[in-house]
Amino acid sequence: ATRPGCRAGRPGGTRSPEALTGLLMVPFAGWSLPAHYAPGHLESHLHTRRHCSLFDVSHMLQSRVYGRDRVKFMESLVVGDIAELKPDQGTLTLLTNEKGGIVDDLIVTNTSEEHLYVVSNAGCADKDLAIMKDRVKELQAAGSDVHLEVMDNALLALQGPSMARVLQAGLSNDLGKLSFMNSATMTVFGVPGCRVTRCGYTGEDGVEISVPAARAVELVERLLGDPEVWLAGLAARDSLRLEAGLCLYGNDIDETITPVEASLVWTLGKRRRTAMDFPGAAVIMAQIKEKPKRRRVGLTSEGPPVRAHTAILGPEGRRIGTVTSGCPSPSLRKNIAMGYVEAAYGRAGTALAVEVRKQQHPALVTKMPFVPTHYYMAK
Amino acid sequence: PSAASWGVPAPPRQAPCTRAYPGVPFSCPLRTGAPRGSRKFTDKHEWISVDNGIGTVGISNFAQEALGDVVYCSLPEVGTKLNKHDEFGALESVKAASELYSPLTGEVTEINAALAENPGLVNKSCYQDGWLIKMTVENPTELDELMSEDAYEKYIKSIEE
Repeated sequence: ATRPGCRAGRPGGTRSPEALTGLLMVPFAGWSLPAHYAPGHLESHLHTRRHCSLFDVSHMLQSRVYGRDRVKFMESLVVGDIAELKPDQGTLTLLTNEKGGIVDDLIVTNTSEEHLYVVSNAGCADKDLAIMKDRVKELQAAGSDVHLEVMDNALLALQGPSMARVLQAGLSNDLGKLSFMNSATMTVFGVPGCRVTRCGYTGEDGVEISVPAARAVELVERLLGDPEVWLAGLAARDSLRLEAGLCLYGNDIDETITPVEASLVWTLGKRRRTAMDFPGAAVIMAQIKEKPKRRRVGLTSEGPPVRAHTAILGPEGRRIGTVTSGCPSPSLRKNIAMGYVEAAYGRAGTALAVEVRKQQHPALVTKMPFVPTHYYMAK
Repeated sequence: PSAASWGVPAPPRQAPCTRAYPGVPFSCPLRTGAPRGSRKFTDKHEWISVDNGIGTVGISNFAQEALGDVVYCSLPEVGTKLNKHDEFGALESVKAASELYSPLTGEVTEINAALAENPGLVNKSCYQDGWLIKMTVENPTELDELMSEDAYEKYIKSIEE
């Protein structure tokens, strides 16, 4: 079923019904979403890095886990040290399967309101819900106290260096006290009960605001009241996250890829590694020891843009890997990409090649993020 | 440009030069100085205009709007021999690549060098400064198989519905 994402007026423009749509709507994970608004992808991307942009990401799945055993429940599915999260602290973590493959990447927050707040990918919503519901049933049958609730809120991402100034104007809380990956419930521009989490998918300082659906459009319009805020769509979302070195589930990570191959070993909790008590732990820990055969790396190149499925060639001209995401970087004005290569060629600085339209072009293994990030830490 | 990338809904049609936001590429008015009827169009949204036996090739306003900001142009070398319908290059936006198909049979005589430094010319001036290649016209009768400006306008309206 297709349900339009929350949409409201254009930056500084009219509020007519015609102004309520993006310039180009595209299907994504069962939703109809704007690819971009005026003035277009490139401008929107750069505006996010220099000012701030507002993304409607309500298509993502938001849920809450209640009960005394909620942490035990969550840890039975993900690789992170959830128990160690401070009140109102969140973390990026991975749902894994018995083969050590990544089922989804998601953010779990240990709220101070007696529940875990979970945000996961729209494309994995059905899968994740089925897994979580099954595990809840299983644990409840064994006497555990755990309860899952799917939320109906809208989710708005406000990202960019001007976010703090823009948002602070609508808060009585001091945003300066909210660090990266921390969360709080606040009244935002007169809308009570909004969960504001300082995180995002752009590499910039930003927040994601979970707002009751009935007041989402009102909040969007209040935010767009500041002329520095522009609406942005999926196209800019993708080029921004790639510059920030962030994975896109389904492209860069999937169930056939382990956290080790994906260069996401940092998500494995210290305690969890020792306990080996997460799905696929045996496979994953063995891979850490023996080193994986392939690794996710960043690549930069000039010439024609490098896109997903492009072949990566080693110094002898032999194919050694494949690109999983790529685009021309609006910030760097060269091509950036992520892909998997045979582990021997994965070191930053290694000179490789990519094959675009039957021609080879030099590519360099490059550390990510490609563009410096600006995550905010309170003093 | 290839059918795959034009399988997206067309953007809302806008009158030329009416966008209010800074830095927005203006729509290219269809009739920009060249004598009426001298430009012919393909169903893949390329245009060709022949002068003294040399055809200048570009993409239409409809195509540049749907493509978005062009950031890179892959064009063939001078001397490349093309058959009608041959893929001769691609235009890249941040999001996707769109292949280019030769409207006629002929040989590439020139490529627009300005596009290397300024690929956005394809958006800003798709019928003038944003031309892509020039080529010889080996079979002038192939021109009759292409659409006139009026026929192309009708064609775009029909696909937008």
